[in-house]
Amino acid sequence: MKPSHFSAGQNNSLIFLRILIGWHFLYEGVLKLYNPAWTSKGYLLSASFLKPFFTWISGDSFITVVDTLNIVGLIAVGAGLILGLKIRWACIGGILLLALYYLAHPPFPGLEQGPAEGSYWIVNKNLIEMAALLVLYQFPSYVSFGIERFFNRKKTETANG
Amino acid sequence: MLKSLAGIPVLGTVWFAGAKLTTSAKQEKQFLLETLNIKAAAPPPTGPMTGNPIRLGIIGFGIRGEQLCRALGFATKQWLADMKAAAEKNPNDTRLKEFLDQENLNIKITAVCDIFDVNAERVIDSFSTPENKVKRYATHKELVSSGDVDAVAVPTPDHWHAPIAMDAINAGVHVYVEKPMTHNVSETYALRETVRSNPKIVFQVGHQHRQTQSFLTAMDIINKKTLGHVSLVTTNTNRNDDNGAWQYDIHEKASPETINWDMFLGNAPKVPFNKEHFFRWRKWWAYGSGLSGDLLTHDYDRINCLLKMGIPASVMASGGIYTHRDGRNVPDVMQVNMEFPDFSTGGSQEEGKEKGMTFVYSATLGNQFDRGTYLMGHDATMELGNMISIYADARSTRFADMIKDKRIDPSVPVYQYNPMANATDAVTSATAKYFANKGLLWTYRDGKRVDSTFLHMREWLSCIRNGGIPSCSINEGFQEAISAHMAGLSYKLGRRIEWDKESEKIIAKPGEDLDAALLSSGDKVVV
Repeated sequence: MKPSHFSAGQNNSLIFLRILIGWHFLYEGVLKLYNPAWTSKGYLLSASFLKPFFTWISGDSFITVVDTLNIVGLIAVGAGLILGLKIRWACIGGILLLALYYLAHPPFPGLEQGPAEGSYWIVNKNLIEMAALLVLYQFPSYVSFGIERFFNRKKTETANG
Repeated sequence: MLKSLAGIPVLGTVWFAGAKLTTSAKQEKQFLLETLNIKAAAPPPTGPMTGNPIRLGIIGFGIRGEQLCRALGFATKQWLADMKAAAEKNPNDTRLKEFLDQENLNIKITAVCDIFDVNAERVIDSFSTPENKVKRYATHKELVSSGDVDAVAVPTPDHWHAPIAMDAINAGVHVYVEKPMTHNVSETYALRETVRSNPKIVFQVGHQHRQTQSFLTAMDIINKKTLGHVSLVTTNTNRNDDNGAWQYDIHEKASPETINWDMFLGNAPKVPFNKEHFFRWRKWWAYGSGLSGDLLTHDYDRINCLLKMGIPASVMASGGIYTHRDGRNVPDVMQVNMEFPDFSTGGSQEEGKEKGMTFVYSATLGNQFDRGTYLMGHDATMELGNMISIYADARSTRFADMIKDKRIDPSVPVYQYNPMANATDAVTSATAKYFANKGLLWTYRDGKRVDSTFLHMREWLSCIRNGGIPSCSINEGFQEAISAHMAGLSYKLGRRIEWDKESEKIIAKPGEDLDAALLSSGDKVVV
């Protein structure tokens, strides 16, 4: 692993961003985990874009798997980002999940917009969060806050030894 | 190394907060549900459909006749082809699949009577089998006395309901008659007498919403006195399309040669052949009953099945022909207030403070804004449709402490019942949506969509086979018909119409002929 060339301020900002996004993913995942009545079926069935695909994955044969994968995905991505564990995998997972949420209800002109707390045209918060994860993917910030650093150091030590 | 593990407390905090919030929300919901103690009641059991097939005659195969036959398991070739095409076009359109999945009711359609050749031939063409050719009868009397039928369905124009039902019962044939049960006051008593003196005959009026799952749950809510004293019930009809205003299609083959016009007129005033009268009969008092008989009856019976409030002490109605001035003489805008001064659903306040209720029916055929049905009590309001929502009242006595402790928010339902959870619907039109929300098209059993007319006819057939009295028999039908006729009379006569409970009579002024007034061809009777 390359050492960081960022200043302390740059590095801490990236870490802060990583923790916030991780927090967001983890909380969503935990709420769904503890609420057995939760299902993504309604969200998927009301999709305004790529309708056949979302209707297909919300069918009886898939929905349980889809729901479980979503909960596991949210928690894994959230925990990864907070702990600094497998950050790049967490970023990819997070981007994939967000892409699905974005594509089911994209704020494209002419498509029906569901209830939202703001006004969006093409760009919404899902898309921005995806972009933020892309930044984290490109500028890994494990160095000063994360378990991975611990493992990395160990690995390096073993290699040296 | 310690620094690198600093993420763990963050993870733990977020996890704990999420788990705690969800768990306490669940506990709070559980607490509310236990307090309200509402149980989604099981549907009334109906017996098996085994034994010899019941031989059924269909009298009238118009729009409703075709729907009843489908509920019985018989669809025309045309409908099957249309639905197949619709399902291929839209995979969410499950009407054909639902029809094919419907339980076999073990009946045979053996006879038809329809005075329009095209309709009668459609029945014979679609429902005949090599071993059972459907036989056509020129008159209903010949059909019921033929010995070929055990039971008949009577989806005819309103002015034929009671005459046919009485002839059938007197011939020993079971009857399923469409609503309104009767067309005028006097035949309401005559039909009741006929049913009462033939106790072996199973008689059902076609108010199929009685089978709606949400209504059964609503009954439990009423019985648990959740709403407190209900002082006002508001119901309504809002439609804004030609079909909803009874502007049905006129068949191209309609002519004096294909329609037995004298038979259509029956007891109605003699007028020359008129295709519009034949196909759009709901627009004239001579054959139909306007908003009060046609649509108020649905709403009245929905509430009567919940509250069992019976016939109102008095009724006042007003309205006019304001949206479809096309030669019809029944109103298309109508407001009806029914008074029940001695009725109570039970209250939470001191004894004697609360008694009496008004039932309001408000209708227009010129606007389709969905207003919902509300039962408004001192403690809570129930919004009733295929779904149920209950809102605690901010000034409720029963919920006062819980509102004060912020455990109940009056702007959020304290209880919601959605039998269609996990089911999706392809609702076809505005009128279909209107009917669906009133529980008139379908309901749900174990999360599966079921035609409520099917359940209602199944209940009738089960009583024929296994004994018992159907849920909308003569007493319920009598209350429905009298209440509707009181509304029609108030509209026609322009005054309050009162009911004498002791003598079971609508109070008429000396020399007044109520039936003549009700069915008169004028919009309103000048007194």
